[in-house]
Amino acid sequence: MTGAVAIEAEGLVKTYGSTRAVDGVDLTVPRGVVYGVLGPNGAGKTTTIRMLATLIRPDAGRARILGRDVVDEPDAVRALVSLTGQLASVDEDLTGHENLVMMARLLGHRSRGAARRADELLAAFGLEEAAGRQVKNYSGGMRRRLDIAASLVVTPELLFLDEPTTGLDPRSRNEVWDIVRVLVGQGTTVLLCTQYLDEADQLAARIAVIDRGRVIAEGTPGQLKASVGRGALHVRLLDPDDRPEAERVLEAVVGAPPHREGDPAALSVPVPDSGVASAALAELSAADVALADFALGQPSLDEVFLALTGRPAEDEEDEA
Amino acid sequence: MSTAPATPPAAESDRAVADRVHAALATGERPPHPGPLSAALTFGWRGMLKIKHVPEQLLDVTVTPVLFLLMFTYLFGGAVAGSTEEYLQYILPGVLVQSVLFTAVYSGVTLNTDMTKGVVDRFRSLPVWRPAPLLGALLGDAVRFAIAGAVTVLVGVVMGFRPDGGVVGVLLGMLLVVVFAFALSWVFTTLGLLLRTPNAVMNAGFMGVFPLIFLSNIFVDPATLPGWLEAFVGVNPVSHLVTATRDLMAGGAAAGDILLVLVEAAAITAVFAPLTVRLYRRV
Repeated sequence: MTGAVAIEAEGLVKTYGSTRAVDGVDLTVPRGVVYGVLGPNGAGKTTTIRMLATLIRPDAGRARILGRDVVDEPDAVRALVSLTGQLASVDEDLTGHENLVMMARLLGHRSRGAARRADELLAAFGLEEAAGRQVKNYSGGMRRRLDIAASLVVTPELLFLDEPTTGLDPRSRNEVWDIVRVLVGQGTTVLLCTQYLDEADQLAARIAVIDRGRVIAEGTPGQLKASVGRGALHVRLLDPDDRPEAERVLEAVVGAPPHREGDPAALSVPVPDSGVASAALAELSAADVALADFALGQPSLDEVFLALTGRPAEDEEDEA
Repeated sequence: MSTAPATPPAAESDRAVADRVHAALATGERPPHPGPLSAALTFGWRGMLKIKHVPEQLLDVTVTPVLFLLMFTYLFGGAVAGSTEEYLQYILPGVLVQSVLFTAVYSGVTLNTDMTKGVVDRFRSLPVWRPAPLLGALLGDAVRFAIAGAVTVLVGVVMGFRPDGGVVGVLLGMLLVVVFAFALSWVFTTLGLLLRTPNAVMNAGFMGVFPLIFLSNIFVDPATLPGWLEAFVGVNPVSHLVTATRDLMAGGAAAGDILLVLVEAAAITAVFAPLTVRLYRRV
């Protein structure tokens, strides 16, 4: 019944009033991988997930999850998928243990089996000590782990993860990433919505870039970067005050204005080959600009997004 | 409480974390789907847990009827019925009905609050009987009311409530009120799904409930009212419920009165339960 495709969506549309939140999304997600859906806030990622998880009906288009139609066979789809929503999808008034027992019972475990399953998951996700505390007293990272644990009471064929690391500190984020890797290693397909380019780059085998309700690019992270064309030289200066000088030197060598990154000491510049990159580094050295670190790499997904849409992926104000 | 010292995840190797998650996933086979009743009861259990963790919500529904009972009995008892003793016998069943109407409004408010949280998305993505969360929540509310009702009756007994129907009459009266409350809650869950904020549900709910409460036979004998008002009180389903409950507690209810209440409860459920379920599906 399944084949090699986890999700096939064609022309999904969802309109709210006069806004086309999702405006003809096509997706083909292979089984057993993390598939990234990347886009800024309001691009239509969550609405797409909600249609695929049978929470809302598409206004047009169709989608099949592991061969089952989301509109015609919603119960069959629900039996195959789990959802970890953007809002914490656990009950904050209940304890962690109670939340998992509730999920286990709703999925058909009897009371003793439900309690045992809850204990197993709490142990696996490092939440034993917090098991008896109300979720409203959990840290963001703990809540996220519980949230994911609640999606794994029954191991799903397909897991929807909607912005799983938004608002988490780097350590919690890494924990979530590790869990996702284990999940995929075990055979679950993960549809990961994110607005973080590095997250998609780290985890996803393929990425769909979505903007204003449409898929504007699709491919492996490498293909997406290659579609932008050139490689880039990334430098980090020892002293951020050197940045204007470094910009002048780099532009002179490369012939294109460097891109200021979020880090006030960092610059990147497109380079056609490694020879030009070495020349640029030599010139910086000659101009007494000390470097903390440099790297020659493919363009970042940030640059990919800029190239695809003509504007940055995130509305960051701190670059000015 | 396990006796083994719990190790924080940071202190372990990534390998160990991965192994534990892996092991937990390997045992995540799917049991047979639960039946509709089992799913609804699980949601009812959730309601009980919420009472345990947020006991304030019980205060809301308990304090109000006790306050009303005390205030009305001692304030108006002498004037309305000649003596506080006499008026207490008259008003107590009415106060029970009143507190049920308030509880029903809270059902709608609670549902509306729930809808704004992610947990409802999770419920709706599960392969369980669709009305189960609603039914379970209302079962929880029924328990909440039963507790509030018991407290009200106990306070009443301390104040001198001596119903001729005895314990059986009081229990039957309370049962009827719970049945009606269960039906009426569907009206407010519908409202809870239509309106945007819990506050709007609360306001609209009370705006609808207050006239029904005061323009009924809860507090005064309708015979003393002007004719047009008496006519309204006569068709108000709240009055029917109060009459039947009062008579049950007094030990002599007419079967017709009880039947009327049950028919009204069934009619309300028949209209608003499907409406609520429909709205819940589409949110």
